[in-house]
Amino acid sequence: MDYTQQLFEQIFGSEWGMTVFILAKNLFYIFVIVVPLLLAVAYLTFAERKIIAYMQIRVGPNRVTFFGIPWLRGWGQPIADAVKAIMKEIIIPTGANKFLFLLAPILTIAPALAAWAVVPFSPELVLADINAGLLYILAMTSLGVYGVIIAGWASNSKYAFLGSMRSAAQLVSYELAMGFALVCVLMMAESLNLGDIVKGQQGDSLLNWYLIPLFPMFLVYFISGVAETNRAPFDVAEGESEIVAGFHVDYSGMAFTVFFLAEYANMILVATLTSIMFLGGWLPPLNIAPFNLIPGIVWLLMKIAFMLFFFLWFRATFPRYRYDQIMRLGWKIFIPITLIWIVLLGILLQLPESSKELFPLNLWFK
Amino acid sequence: MNFQDFLFYFFSGILVLSALGVITLRNPVYAALLLVLAFFSSAGIWLLLEAEFLAITLVLVYVGAVMVLFLFVVMMLDINLEQLREGFWKWFPFGALLSLVLAIEIGMVLMGKQFNLDNMPAPQPHGADYSNTKELGRLIYTEYVYAFELAAVILLVAMVAAIALTLRYRTDKRSPDPSKQVTVKREDRLRIISIPSESKE
Repeated sequence: MDYTQQLFEQIFGSEWGMTVFILAKNLFYIFVIVVPLLLAVAYLTFAERKIIAYMQIRVGPNRVTFFGIPWLRGWGQPIADAVKAIMKEIIIPTGANKFLFLLAPILTIAPALAAWAVVPFSPELVLADINAGLLYILAMTSLGVYGVIIAGWASNSKYAFLGSMRSAAQLVSYELAMGFALVCVLMMAESLNLGDIVKGQQGDSLLNWYLIPLFPMFLVYFISGVAETNRAPFDVAEGESEIVAGFHVDYSGMAFTVFFLAEYANMILVATLTSIMFLGGWLPPLNIAPFNLIPGIVWLLMKIAFMLFFFLWFRATFPRYRYDQIMRLGWKIFIPITLIWIVLLGILLQLPESSKELFPLNLWFK
Repeated sequence: MNFQDFLFYFFSGILVLSALGVITLRNPVYAALLLVLAFFSSAGIWLLLEAEFLAITLVLVYVGAVMVLFLFVVMMLDINLEQLREGFWKWFPFGALLSLVLAIEIGMVLMGKQFNLDNMPAPQPHGADYSNTKELGRLIYTEYVYAFELAAVILLVAMVAAIALTLRYRTDKRSPDPSKQVTVKREDRLRIISIPSESKE
């Protein structure tokens, strides 16, 4: 690293060399995070098709393979899909606003990728270790709705517009419950830094994870996360039985694929955040020999995969919610639950020191 | 010029241009989107001022929630520009007064020397591990707790008032009660009767 830094200082001068070096270094790290992420997105679509297929007693994609290797059959499917999407024409409808029409998919995927900047993969492995990490995540996830709204408006189509209106209302409603659930997490951790939140769950076993004291918040956060990503059973923004395909009905080719990628990247993000905030992030379930020898990032990836499975399972299991039921769940059930839990948690945190020493409380309130 | 200056001029340039666009563009959707950009750039400037909590909250609250609803409304409106222009000269004096007040305020900030700005020492820059958020949290719940609670109560009253103003009691509507719907058992709705088969004539 020092050698590269000196090289930059020789090229750009001592004043700017350092700045350019830091920029180049961060760009490299971003690359290191985003490329595996996009690969994971591609194979998540494959996993989804396979898992849902087995749940419905089908086989799923089982043809495309690499170099004719028989046991890899199906694994080439995401690559083939990507090539197909790139080759397709992007059709821009006649009455559409061309600039905003093409801007919308970019605005959807950019926040989904930007939020990864503060995600800690292990105690040292984090791109930006900022103090206000949780706030940053909330801010970034709340931006995804712009892509959807602009797509619906710029398409100049009634179905697309209805889809984007539904999505806007849904996202604004569930963001509140999500934010309140995260308030509980930061009350427990006494920090907004995601790394510190994981460190707050450190202990002998999985009993120390926030999953147990904050179990209702875990459910609220995860269900709100499913709603925020517009996944089944909350996918009224697409609602193919009512409004064709919702906000992306007029998109084709790569423009559509970017929306698709953003949805899956958001799913992985919600699964990652759930693992970090409630399932102890990189911590092993038991802090004893065979478990704590496995590197932390492996545990994190296993937890992410576990949470992602729920997303796919939900899609195969539940019928779509009716619109008024979605609004009721968000406003009349989740928000009261979170508000009550915040007050309860506040009382628990203010208990005298002697009662915090008692058995279950001493696990979480140190 | 170092990198920080470059960032400052970069964000300020975008901020001024997008703010100009907000008031000059004809298309209200473009204007709303440029306002989003203006919020973003000012958040960037606040980050340079080490006010990371305010910067991220600006993005979270204004960009993430307020502007979404704004855009929601603007997109649904069928705006007729001719109709909007009608009241221009009627409201011009009021608008001019507002801009004058704004100009005086900006002037007071820029001419800090005349108003004894020197009496205030420049704030100390803090290290990367200094948590702005924690400090803010400590202050609003200790030193400024009454002001903070007062602001919260005012907001609550405004919220209740807004709901009360828009609430319409209608007697002719029939709305389902989901809590009753989910408790329905099969026995409540379904009656199985066995009909003896009839013989063919």
